[in-house]
Amino acid sequence: MSTIIQDSPAAQDDHHDDHHHGAPKGIMRWLFTTNHKDIGTLYLWFSFIMFLTGGAMAMVIRAELFQPGLQLVEPNFFNQMTTVHGLVMVFGAVMPAFTGLANWLIPMMIGAPDMALPRMNNWSFWILPFAFAILLSSLFMEGGGPNFGWTFYAPLSTTYSPDSTALFVFSVHIMGMSSIMGAINVVVTIVNMRAPGMTWMKLPLFVWTWLITAFLLIAVMPVLAGTVTMVLTDKYFGTSFFDAAGGGDPVMFQHIFWFFGHPEVYIMILPSFGIISAIVPAFSRKRLFGYSSMVYATASIAILSFLVWAHHMFTTGMPVFAELFFMYCTMLIAVPTGVKVFNWVATMWRGSISFETPMLFAVAFIILFTIGGFSGLMLAITPVDFQYHDTYFVVAHFHYVLVTGAIFSIMAGAYYWLPKWTGNMYDEKLGRIHFWCSVISVNVLFFPMHFLGLAGMPRRIPDYAIQFADVNQIVSIGGFAFGLSQLIFLAVVIKCIRGGEKASAKPWDGAEGLEWTLPSPAPYHSFSTPPEIK
Amino acid sequence: MAKNQANANRKLISWLIAAAVGMFGFGFALVPLYDVLCEQLGINGKTQSTASSYEPVAIDKNRTITVEFMAQVQSDLPWEFKPEVKRLRVHPGELVRTNFNAKNLSMNELVGQAIPSVSPGQGAAYFNKTECFCFNQQRLTAKATAELPLIFYVDPDLPDSITTLTLSYTLYNITDRGYVSVVEQGAAK
Repeated sequence: MSTIIQDSPAAQDDHHDDHHHGAPKGIMRWLFTTNHKDIGTLYLWFSFIMFLTGGAMAMVIRAELFQPGLQLVEPNFFNQMTTVHGLVMVFGAVMPAFTGLANWLIPMMIGAPDMALPRMNNWSFWILPFAFAILLSSLFMEGGGPNFGWTFYAPLSTTYSPDSTALFVFSVHIMGMSSIMGAINVVVTIVNMRAPGMTWMKLPLFVWTWLITAFLLIAVMPVLAGTVTMVLTDKYFGTSFFDAAGGGDPVMFQHIFWFFGHPEVYIMILPSFGIISAIVPAFSRKRLFGYSSMVYATASIAILSFLVWAHHMFTTGMPVFAELFFMYCTMLIAVPTGVKVFNWVATMWRGSISFETPMLFAVAFIILFTIGGFSGLMLAITPVDFQYHDTYFVVAHFHYVLVTGAIFSIMAGAYYWLPKWTGNMYDEKLGRIHFWCSVISVNVLFFPMHFLGLAGMPRRIPDYAIQFADVNQIVSIGGFAFGLSQLIFLAVVIKCIRGGEKASAKPWDGAEGLEWTLPSPAPYHSFSTPPEIK
Repeated sequence: MAKNQANANRKLISWLIAAAVGMFGFGFALVPLYDVLCEQLGINGKTQSTASSYEPVAIDKNRTITVEFMAQVQSDLPWEFKPEVKRLRVHPGELVRTNFNAKNLSMNELVGQAIPSVSPGQGAAYFNKTECFCFNQQRLTAKATAELPLIFYVDPDLPDSITTLTLSYTLYNITDRGYVSVVEQGAAK
């Protein structure tokens, strides 16, 4: 991946001077913007607000679970919290954060002036706040919001769901439309807008991983839309897709849902791989080890993701041959993932490593995501999954891959590119405080959950047997500490936007890629004439 | 150049939108696909939803299969629902008749639909019902009782590993649900 850049920063400044229209002022700038950088910023702020919203719900959950018995909230409200926490974090925090990063970075990384479809880009962002307004407003309605888990299994989401379920369905429809539009935009941009000479195997891995993610989104978000539509018609219009009494089958819900759901979890991790593959070489001052194997590994993970959905449903009474098939396919995913982890470690091997905040988060990602991967392997083993199924072991597993995986990589990326976005260096000391607070508290929060799960504590339950009390208290304390630590991140970002040491065009000496040839902050319009790439 | 780009974009966008729309359709196509796969592979304990015809086959007197009957009622249906006998020992190929008894305990007319399931799931494809109350909806007036017939035979090709088949019925309340009976659905297909 050697993209050697001919344009000097001075040349970039020259062609920037041709554009005298900078960013318009006021609220209208943000409402009507078609600029990929503005839309990226909107996505990132939106996702951070959602991160704090979902985090607040997690605090309610952990506060209730601080002691056995029912203390603070009713069981029904507790269920709404677990459900909406999951939905907000998946569709509101992680996915928009990646879309925001894609908007900001993909055009700059491939030498394009903007995304291919700027108006659709505006539209795909601005429908999101409405989706989440609908979802969150349902919490305040009579009968409460969605309380059937983010996986909305039938019949919980059909026969037994609250009256507000239609709002949940419509909000998921809108989120899906937003994601699909975003994905189409990414694909068209990457396929058609690369600067001359930016061949496929010169693309930065973040671009590659996002291209593959975008295809996954186009393939499975419509299936999710179909699933919620079936829930809608089952509940309100008398169909019986999932109702055995009318000839349907509730187990089929799980098949259709997880046909979407499993590729979805790779949608939430593949862009992370791209971010880490940018940061690790930059701070190891070495080229990424095994670039092409990274590309192929990403593609293999994406293809395999369509063949493993039923490992979420081992306990539904599948035939043994199906259980074996899904077990082996699932374990097969460990191979390309192992290739990636190996490549990152090999990149660091004998590098001149420095540990600025992005690198700290990246290294923590590699270690902690791997722990999450190992617990995933344990869950993949059919016979032991019968023990782990629906326990806190599962909760520990997917929080390791989503919080210390996806979220840590987003934070690593934010620290890495903040100088490029704002033109200022972030406060390194504060950044490190944020990192150490986060990495310690997140392990206090999620690691003991493994033991709770192995000991048999079920997930999504507001009360528990008293023998789980001590560990739950430790977990809750970790949870509060992790939640508060994220306010440090907010402080770092605000401080960085308001000022600080001026960043040079390339503040990280080992960084590679076209975005670092642009001055910091990146001009409002960049690469109006394509850069030359050797 | 700009025009070429616009054309290329339009073409790619059409493909991607077509893919998204196609996948939306695929989501719904999974529904019949699921039913067909379950029925063909005999997985998931699903039995056929229409009566099968009985062509006399050689009765395998050397083999005896225990067929167990279970009956459950969903909590929102105030009915009593029980098999006449809990267990029958049958030879593969032999045509057997048994009854279930239902009683409406409430003062209202109610409609129930029984949904069968066979365990182990691999045996479902070999469990043939030539007549079953589950093919129809059951309408019982207040306090009425009904004898619900079931005629079945076990396919002699039943794998040797299976010695017991459990037939379980769950009775659902479909009063005012507007469902067509399962057998009509099958005919519509």
